[in-house]
Amino acid sequence: MADNGRKADTVTLTIDGHEVTVPKGMSLLHAAEALGVEVPHYCYHPGLSAPAQCRICLVEVEGAPKLQPSCVTMAQDGQVVHTESAQARRMRQGVLEFYLVNHPLDCPICDMSGECKLQDYVFNEGREHGRGREPKRVFGRDDFGGDVLYYGDRCVMCTRCVRFMDEVARDGRLTVVERGDRAVIDTFFESGLDGASFAGNIVDICPVGALVSKDFLHKARAWDLDHTESVCPNCSQGCNIDLHTRDNLVQRLKPRENPEVNGHWMCDYGRANYEWLNRPGRLEAPAVGRGDKRRASDWQHALHALFERLAEAGGASVRVVGSAFSSNEALGALRALGEQAGTLQAGVFRSRRAEDEDPLPGFPILVRRRDLAPNVDGAGILGFTRVGDDDGAGGLEEAADHDGVLIVVGDELADQDESFGAKAGLFVYLGTFDSPAARNADFVLPVTTFAEEEGTFVNAQGRVQRFRQGLRGPGTVQPAWLVLGTLLAALTGGDRPVSAADAFASIVQRHAAFGGLTWDGVGSAGAALEAAHA
Amino acid sequence: MAYPYRHEKETRILSECFGDPSARTVAGWKKHGGYKGIARALEIGRDATIEEVKASGLRGRGGAGFPTGLKWSFMPKNTGRPHYLLCNADESEPGTFKDREIIRWTPHQLIEGCLVGCYAIGAAHCYIYLRGEFFETTQILARALEEAYAEGLVGKDIMGSGVDIDITLHVGAGAYICGEETGLMNSLEGRRGEPRIKPPFPAAVGAFGMPTTINNVETLAATPHIARHGGEWYRQWGTDKSPGTKLFCVSGHVNKPGNYEFPLGFPMMELIEDVCGGMRDGKALKAVIPGGSSVPIMSAEDCRTCTLCYEGVEAAGSMLGCASVIVMDENTDIVKQVRRMAYFYTHESCGQCTPCREGTAWATRILRRIEDGLGTEDDLDTLIQISEQMTGTTICVLSDSLAMPIISSIEKFREDYLALIRRGERVGAA
Repeated sequence: MADNGRKADTVTLTIDGHEVTVPKGMSLLHAAEALGVEVPHYCYHPGLSAPAQCRICLVEVEGAPKLQPSCVTMAQDGQVVHTESAQARRMRQGVLEFYLVNHPLDCPICDMSGECKLQDYVFNEGREHGRGREPKRVFGRDDFGGDVLYYGDRCVMCTRCVRFMDEVARDGRLTVVERGDRAVIDTFFESGLDGASFAGNIVDICPVGALVSKDFLHKARAWDLDHTESVCPNCSQGCNIDLHTRDNLVQRLKPRENPEVNGHWMCDYGRANYEWLNRPGRLEAPAVGRGDKRRASDWQHALHALFERLAEAGGASVRVVGSAFSSNEALGALRALGEQAGTLQAGVFRSRRAEDEDPLPGFPILVRRRDLAPNVDGAGILGFTRVGDDDGAGGLEEAADHDGVLIVVGDELADQDESFGAKAGLFVYLGTFDSPAARNADFVLPVTTFAEEEGTFVNAQGRVQRFRQGLRGPGTVQPAWLVLGTLLAALTGGDRPVSAADAFASIVQRHAAFGGLTWDGVGSAGAALEAAHA
Repeated sequence: MAYPYRHEKETRILSECFGDPSARTVAGWKKHGGYKGIARALEIGRDATIEEVKASGLRGRGGAGFPTGLKWSFMPKNTGRPHYLLCNADESEPGTFKDREIIRWTPHQLIEGCLVGCYAIGAAHCYIYLRGEFFETTQILARALEEAYAEGLVGKDIMGSGVDIDITLHVGAGAYICGEETGLMNSLEGRRGEPRIKPPFPAAVGAFGMPTTINNVETLAATPHIARHGGEWYRQWGTDKSPGTKLFCVSGHVNKPGNYEFPLGFPMMELIEDVCGGMRDGKALKAVIPGGSSVPIMSAEDCRTCTLCYEGVEAAGSMLGCASVIVMDENTDIVKQVRRMAYFYTHESCGQCTPCREGTAWATRILRRIEDGLGTEDDLDTLIQISEQMTGTTICVLSDSLAMPIISSIEKFREDYLALIRRGERVGAA
């Protein structure tokens, strides 16, 4: 569309009376989209091949003998296209009527209700009353294995699921069996989708309620869910996702399109691991005092006392333990505080690693990475060293016996015992859950999970990605960057960060790898770090 | 006279040897001028062969009537990629039984046609896609092909010309939709028999992704005669727009059903009354389906002046299709006939496109209800609207093929429908 584009690379056509210039080779469906005109479609999906079989995207092209499927008809110079002509509308209404001939219309008990394309299209321009008097054919439902349940009666036979498994997962476990109106989607073997690692995506791309998630089955209505832009926290790929929440609980994770990271997809491992965000029994208020002397406190008193202890400790040896689940903002502030409080000996973190990677063959930049935490790369860039084994255990011997200042952020110390930090002059524990190993902590400060705060992670591609707050934290929890940043500001006499954007800005200032990035610039789609790092 | 019935008015080019098993061997076929067509093609060259076929005006005999020479000329040249010729022997249109007879009696006629076609389009390999139910036919053709290979007529360096042409028989599993050209390609490649979206057209991306031409058995069988005698020779028969001779498969309520070969433009009533020995039991003619089950039905009145050529049948409101003339007498239950056909299309729909998948089945259920006396007049309007929604909205023309008979039967035989509806009303069924 830009004027500097060479003329041969674009075509200009008219759609519904509006002229539009689009790149050569673009389909009419996308050209219409560029004008803000949505042409209904089922079988077409931007991440898959286009079989042009659902026949609902038919549009009138002047000069063509019959209606053309807009998903596979390429835009041409001078073409005059009508998506809303009487003929096109009549045909769409006809196709919609056909879709409802056997559709059970069980919207009240269908999980897709509210985000169903059949519902939307019929509501928009379907017939007011059906003419079908004949009984509907009944297939019932079929457990496809894995997390997927198939309701054959709701199926519109768009075959997106079959094509996803064939073309993207390259794991042809689904097929169409039978033909005509007896056609259904089915698996080849008893095992079905068991063990497939990307099959959850077929639930997302199903335009109706034919494929539903067993995990989500009857759990919430689509219109009751809040959607929050986020980043999958379950491996270092950092697939862009939406947190779907209701009643302050994460109900499911859905991929959010980002062609640079995950396309339209995410893996089943990432998708399935969200219950830890809803885990009850959180730390809710600050506590001060070691062992049996621990007493509940509030932020004002706790932070004041901690500031005084840190100021006293000036010049001491400092060790910090971070986490690859913590944001860059938290880790950046932790490192800066460690350096400010004394002589920083080491910043370490531990993280689980899988035995191998699991790439998505048809979209190879999406890989379920070995690192099963979202910010392994960010931690590395911010000066933290990975310690411990592939189970995320061990490696804290030096920290456990450290006799100076010890600050632990986001690591639950699950493998450590009550002697951890016993020798520390000052032991500060910032976490989401209490831990036996936090018994010797002088300060136990409750912080938010990534779902309860704003911040950024750096994924395995060296890409900074923002996540937003989808849940309210329990009690008086605060983001770790706010707690650490406040202490740092008190020690240095600088400004205290009041937003994640402030915290991010101070990382950009202190770490060359983040050079040139801005909070707004990272935006929803993320931004690559300086080439020097990547 | 024993089967196959013959008639003195026939012009037998393709069917000369029908009923004569001796023509099934290479030697027997050569006695009738066999393999002279491919010999002349090899002599005059590739382009000249296409020109002869173009000059003959031969139109595809599979139903669409597309000019064969023109189709061949669409094949790209010097692509460096393999080209394929596919012979569509998946004869599955209800009422059609001409290709089977050509292969049964004169397998070498088809083999020679395949050679001419392959040579003309620069293909080194031809696949003959045979209908799954053609057991005897397949055996006869396989035997003939084996002999042709042994005689050096097929394979490497055919007839010492330096040209290599292989022919492979592929037996389908008996699905109607695999007779649609792109459905056939998918089936041949081992995929589901589902028609492909066009473009790309087969001449650009066909079987195995390569440039491909696909022709009907009867079309290919005619090409050796044209190659041998020239395009002008072929034009001595038929009309200007429909040159040559054609096999007419007559079935239904006539005394002598069968395959008859006539120049195109032969009068329909003469075919029924004279050639086929008139209506069975002296009954009156009620309706004719002139081109296989998927074309509009004709009333007796439509047939009076109809001539059997592409333009003649079109003028009478139907289509010549593959010239499968189904004759129905006054006792025929048109609704039942249409319902049975609708059931066929429901059963054979591949299920890809929504209008066809849902429309054929829905129409069948409504027709069944009308047949059972439970219909209403509104149902007829619904049927017509469903049929309109099934026309021109799908990848292939299977749903159009049901829409046309439904619409035409309601237009022409509305009284038959209404009689059933009223009968139902009388007994209080509806």
